[in-house]
Amino acid sequence: MESEFISTMVLTFKLASITTAILVVIGIPLAAFLVFSTIRFKSVIETIVSMPLVLPPSVLGFYLLLAFSPASTLGAYLTSHGIRLAFSFEGLVIGSVLFSLPFMVHPIQSALAGVPKSIFEASYTLGKTKITTMFRVILPMIRSGLISGITLAFAHTVGEFGVILMIGGNIPDETRVASIAIYDEVESLNYALAHQYALTLFVVTFSILLLVYTLNKKSLGELR
Amino acid sequence: MITINVTKRLTTAEGSITAHFDLTLRKGEFVTLFGASGAGKTTLLRLIAGLEQPDSGVIDVEGEVWFDSAKKINLSPQQRSIGFVFQDYALFPTMTVRENCLFAAKTQEHRDRIDELIALVELSALAHRLPQTLSGGQKQRVALIRALVRRPQLLLLDEPLSALDPAMRQKLQDELALLHTKLGVTTLLVSHDIAETVKLSHRLASVQKGNIVYCGDPMEFFTPQTLSGKLQLIGEILKIEEDFPSIIVTLLVGSSLVKTVISREEALPLNVGNHAIIATKAFTPTLMPLKG
Repeated sequence: MESEFISTMVLTFKLASITTAILVVIGIPLAAFLVFSTIRFKSVIETIVSMPLVLPPSVLGFYLLLAFSPASTLGAYLTSHGIRLAFSFEGLVIGSVLFSLPFMVHPIQSALAGVPKSIFEASYTLGKTKITTMFRVILPMIRSGLISGITLAFAHTVGEFGVILMIGGNIPDETRVASIAIYDEVESLNYALAHQYALTLFVVTFSILLLVYTLNKKSLGELR
Repeated sequence: MITINVTKRLTTAEGSITAHFDLTLRKGEFVTLFGASGAGKTTLLRLIAGLEQPDSGVIDVEGEVWFDSAKKINLSPQQRSIGFVFQDYALFPTMTVRENCLFAAKTQEHRDRIDELIALVELSALAHRLPQTLSGGQKQRVALIRALVRRPQLLLLDEPLSALDPAMRQKLQDELALLHTKLGVTTLLVSHDIAETVKLSHRLASVQKGNIVYCGDPMEFFTPQTLSGKLQLIGEILKIEEDFPSIIVTLLVGSSLVKTVISREEALPLNVGNHAIIATKAFTPTLMPLKG
């Protein structure tokens, strides 16, 4: 029982870490696109990114399950290449990335929108490329937005339940994360173990958030 | 020699106009673009910097073509040898004064002259400070030397002193003049301050509705040819009062108030808020040093 508890917690934080890492990589360019692009259909993309905020997790989970199933075009294509996303860890990562996307993108987006245009232009007139400007000037400036995005995306993935239940199920060491395990243990009237999971999640997420907000406040204080 | 001859369609408060800028700068010259806001001064600066693209025309800097619509040449701002000082300074808030300058440096030679530049504008003691802790005048100095680190061929200043109080403005005008004399960089300044323009520039280019309507001596521009006054002061009209049978006009010249009596006819073209020249011919002025 003890080893199952540990492997479930490891899986939970592995999922959250991988999801957050992927979200950092796609979240920054996506947020930059939403702030600076002038294309016509930008609001459509903005809406899609924000959908997980209002949509019940089961809706997204249901459609992902349909898309992943071998009966669908995408699922059939993936299956023919030996990739199985439904009821697998990889599928959970994709679902979590989609579901936590707004939590990463929105703080970065609003931080980027607050950077004056002249800051970008000053860097360009000093001979710096857009990439250099982004990494050396802009990202340090929007550090607190980045930290908020990372924290929210991580915490949200740790706590996610609906999407994971729909597309992942409850396979030990593969898709059984803490939030599912709590539900499962309560159903089997195993309250002591459910409590162990719940308290661990509570303490760990509380500590992470507290640490990040304390650090963030400190670094902002230094800037002022 | 820097030759600029470009057109650009502008959207202004009075509708859309086609601006046509034709300007030649000699090497080492200090030229001011003077005119009301919305005339297109800042646009011209941004076109030269490559931050905006002209609709047609040529920008040639010392034989190097920066823009040519016919040959489809358009260098990016990064490729143009410019220093640009923005109205809001645009200092990088996470970098100290020295780091802001270091960011601009490209070669070891650039890095080596940073301390000298910082000393030149008397910021050595503040070199490790972040921009948030500096006053407006200090920020402006940092922006200025940061723009000079790479030894640009052309320094572009977009109303750099407009956000400062009059005393700081005067001090920075003096520093700007000193820096220009020392470094000799060709400079184009956007201003709508008469004193600043006269004090700093070799030539003035008056911009009106997207056109350069005058280009020449700044003093001649502000003083009508018909006036041969011995003492001429430029001031802002604060008040026009009736005092039968004449009119009393109060002007602000520098930081002092001057009252003068004029006839009704003379008062007709004058409005409160406008600038006017007050000239006197009859007396020989005397100059005395101020006590203290």
